Amino acid sequence: MNAHASLAEPSAAAPIPRGRNYARRYWVFAVPAAIVVAAVILFPWIFTLFMSVHDWKVSGDTPFVGLANYKKMLFDERFQWAIIRTLAFTAASVIAPMILGVWAAVCFSSKFRLQGLARTIFVLPMMATPVAISLVWTMMFHPQLGVLNYLLSTVGIPPSTWVYDAHTVIPTLVMVETWQWTPLVMLIVLGGIASLPTDPYEAAILDGASPWQMFRHITLPLVFPFIVVAGVIRVIDALKAFDTIYVITLGGPGNASETLNILLYQTAFAYYDLGYGSAMVVVFFLLILLVSMGLLVARRAEVKT
Amino acid sequence: MNRHLVRRFFARLGLYFSVLMLISPAILFFLWMASLALKNESDNTAFPPVFIPNPPTLANFIDVFEKNDFLTYTINSVIVSFSATGLALLLGVPAGYGIAKANASKAAVLILIARVTPGLSYLIPLFLLFQWLGMIGTLTPLVITHLVITVPIVVWIMIGYFEGLPAELEEAALVDGATIWQAFRHVAMPLARPGITVATILAFIFSWNNFIFGVVLAGRTTRTLPVAVYNVLTFEQISWGPLAAAALVVTAPVLLLTLLMQKEIVAGLTAGGVKGG
Repeated sequence: MNAHASLAEPSAAAPIPRGRNYARRYWVFAVPAAIVVAAVILFPWIFTLFMSVHDWKVSGDTPFVGLANYKKMLFDERFQWAIIRTLAFTAASVIAPMILGVWAAVCFSSKFRLQGLARTIFVLPMMATPVAISLVWTMMFHPQLGVLNYLLSTVGIPPSTWVYDAHTVIPTLVMVETWQWTPLVMLIVLGGIASLPTDPYEAAILDGASPWQMFRHITLPLVFPFIVVAGVIRVIDALKAFDTIYVITLGGPGNASETLNILLYQTAFAYYDLGYGSAMVVVFFLLILLVSMGLLVARRAEVKT
Repeated sequence: MNRHLVRRFFARLGLYFSVLMLISPAILFFLWMASLALKNESDNTAFPPVFIPNPPTLANFIDVFEKNDFLTYTINSVIVSFSATGLALLLGVPAGYGIAKANASKAAVLILIARVTPGLSYLIPLFLLFQWLGMIGTLTPLVITHLVITVPIVVWIMIGYFEGLPAELEEAALVDGATIWQAFRHVAMPLARPGITVATILAFIFSWNNFIFGVVLAGRTTRTLPVAVYNVLTFEQISWGPLAAAALVVTAPVLLLTLLMQKEIVAGLTAGGVKGG
């Protein structure tokens, strides 16, 4: 490996133009993709900003209204409740998958029989089509005929109302989200554990450390950057959760599970208030951008360690 | 010595028990899904529930394809996902190469932002745009919006892959008088084939699974499978068998792909924390 690297040195000094020009020549490769990204990603952002300062319904005039749409949000209780719900849903849908995901990563990092198959089965929920699994969950939640209440009754627990009651709907949706996305946390943390050196563990075993002590004092501090990355990704995805909530409850019962994303959809595509919807998009996007700044900082911390 | 063995035994037992606890929700869920799809209607609504279909029936699947024009929707989904993935590869593989070579971390940040943006936020302006262009009700808007999912996935994975390749071979080709395009096409790209495979699979799966773009942009005849299966729910709320069968039809290709290509998929997901939409 070392010999290989030193052999490469002279060729790096060979007559290949380096420096600014060298990098610039490779930009050509990114031009077609950049054009498409500009069309389908940048254009919508700019146009959304433009619409958010107009009173924009699907038909009719679209007068400029300044910041009126934004001001409306300050007094819109439905919007504020949606934000509170989104934050509560997000907090729970981050904590539960993080704990389970780290536990799963530790389990899957040790060798055992049928490990590959077990890991693949564990990953299936995050790969399966969200609409399809949401439909099956809906059937399982049925208060009279659902299999979940039957299973609860076999162990003597009274039936739950699952998604059919304002008090239980958010915890139930968190459960679905946890079932679906714990695998992603597991994979990222597992990647971290796989990259760890083995010598600290060998030393710890010689010193008679217990598995818990090794986890607590070696694994956890060393994979912490990966846990942070997984956590931030989880926060972003939980904030954006849409498919499962839309299919299972459509924000109901009443508005009890109406998160920001669902309200956004209703405002823009059920009430066709595109101006107000766009203003919500801008606020929503800023919220998520704030969090993804955290992601970049975490990534940088990961590179340093 | 003996105590050591006993401790090891219990550690092993604990591990197997943990793994069983972790994977049983997934196993039970998919088994129940299959059970619902293979049972007749009276068994599906029986209480206490019937767990094992006896005898298993394919009537639900036949029902889905006869009553709901699922063949059209399957073709739609295939066209949209294959086009969006193919275009993303054409655009994204060279872009990933260029960004990796130029060491352009700022461009990578743009991709990251695309990963972070909620799918809905693209939809309001694009919906208007496609309406003005009179394209609502055709498959074109779906293919174009699915690029929002597939292009970032491909670029993101390819940046990582090209950065990991040794530069010596391409530089040797350049010294021998190859153009940078030839060095990319004939040296770097063949080396990156495993990365391209990973990018293709993940882009395809997340495009196939996408619901939100279809639900806004698809017309009656241009529904993709996830949208079609959702409509089965709204119109036939009571019949669980066909509903579960439809859900299984939609997600079966993805589940099979995951089981067959698990190594590639795990590698790709671990690297990027990729997720669509």
